[in-house]
Amino acid sequence: MDALLALPPMYYVAMVAKVLVAFVFVLLTVAYATYAERKVIGFMQVRLGPMRTGWYGLLQPIADGLKLFFKEEIIPKQASTFAFLVAPLIALVPAFISFAVIPFGGNIEVFGYTIPLQIASVYDPQVGKVLDLNVGVLYILGMASLGVYGIVLAGWSSNSKYSLLGGLRASAQMISYELAAGLAIITVFLMSGSLSLNQIVADQAGAFGVTGWYLFRNPCTFVAGIIFFICSIAEINRTPFDLPEAETELVSGFCTEYSSMKYAMFFMAEYANMVTVCAVTTTLFLGGWHGPAFLPGWMWFVAKVYFLIFCCMWIRATYPRYRYDQLMRLGWKVFLPITLVLVVLTALWIMAFGTEPWFSFIM
Amino acid sequence: METLFFTIVAAVAVLSSILVITCKNPINSALSLVMTFFCLATFYVMLDAPFMAAIQVIVYAGAIMVLIVFVIMLLNIRSETGKRTNHAVAVSSILAFFVLFEACYFLFRSTPAKEGMGPLTSNVIEKIGHTELIGKAMYSEFLLPFEITSLLLLVAIIGAVILSKKKI
Repeated sequence: MDALLALPPMYYVAMVAKVLVAFVFVLLTVAYATYAERKVIGFMQVRLGPMRTGWYGLLQPIADGLKLFFKEEIIPKQASTFAFLVAPLIALVPAFISFAVIPFGGNIEVFGYTIPLQIASVYDPQVGKVLDLNVGVLYILGMASLGVYGIVLAGWSSNSKYSLLGGLRASAQMISYELAAGLAIITVFLMSGSLSLNQIVADQAGAFGVTGWYLFRNPCTFVAGIIFFICSIAEINRTPFDLPEAETELVSGFCTEYSSMKYAMFFMAEYANMVTVCAVTTTLFLGGWHGPAFLPGWMWFVAKVYFLIFCCMWIRATYPRYRYDQLMRLGWKVFLPITLVLVVLTALWIMAFGTEPWFSFIM
Repeated sequence: METLFFTIVAAVAVLSSILVITCKNPINSALSLVMTFFCLATFYVMLDAPFMAAIQVIVYAGAIMVLIVFVIMLLNIRSETGKRTNHAVAVSSILAFFVLFEACYFLFRSTPAKEGMGPLTSNVIEKIGHTELIGKAMYSEFLLPFEITSLLLLVAIIGAVILSKKKI
């Protein structure tokens, strides 16, 4: 920490600027993800989606936000007030602070200073490389596991049967899928040999900016990447795994009793989680900001994240909801064994062929 | 700056750990305990042990406390309103007092180490990495205890399955 204080003031300016830009960008993405979701699902069901507010309904998120802001705030009489009030905050904060460690672009030069496009990192001119949190992935896992509290507390404190059932389902589901997701990440550790996200992204550079991606490095990481994405979708409770809020059986589950801005916070947390999960998948398996050189790094990063968000919406429009026992079976009896085997197979593959992309042997 | 930061986090840690035992509602106590764990994780970061901090958050705050909250929710424990004093409380408070006394005694008795730093200084940790150091030590020097622990955990898992399932 003392080393941090000795840096020239430019670093603080850069740090604050990075935080502001990233935060505003994520907030805007979250707001317009709601619009995009309605549009995408609308088109997939041969409807138009929101059309009335602004040009092609572009002002819809703002109208929704204003509407929720001016709604009456209701706290149930029998609710446990403290937990009821803090639950939306606990749900929202971990989703946003995960972005502190995700690298969203290569280094840029401003006034002779090299600035890495990652919030929690500095460029050390003496060593000539970027220093960042060296347990970045674990940090993201930790934040993901804290997100459970928001939903569990919301379910319990509302003092309603539907909410409680939603909260219980959410916690069981998140704990089960966290394991498989964590094991899938271990294959990435095996490939990179480092827990720092900056190192992991740097390791994925390759010819055309594509061949180095862990998804294409070897067959084991390919499967691991897909399983990680599915598990992440399950962990953030999106369709087809949205059992905790299943509106047809649980009347929107844990947030049944919430209204006004507190409901909006849960809504934002859901979409922020989606953006975070897509960004993490991009960083770990899709090469981070690496891509063919005709676009700058951060544009590739944004493009990949948006593509994955589109995939989430696509999945939502395509698949029906799982039954609860099917969901548990999928997590414990399918994904967990597969990822366990994948860890061993990846290790064997690296022993036999090294960490080079598999098609480099063919060509 | 570092001292100021430490003071703030330490104040939050002390406050939340007091709340753990004074809260009437068990869920609020559990939440305060999570807050305490979080402050401890911050201390680990300040002590150049980022891996410990991450594990503290993932395992204690993220997994164990979620299960505890789960149990509290399912058992539907009412808020403790009446005063309850029995022998267990008295004995445990006496024990806690002795532990505190012992800790204070050793704290005041201790003097700074004379030989200077050991092999694992902040510089070494920064260069090799905390995770790597722990991994190496665990799989070479402490392999036997590590394996015994994993066997114990396996036994515990099987025991839990047998206890919870009447028919296998």
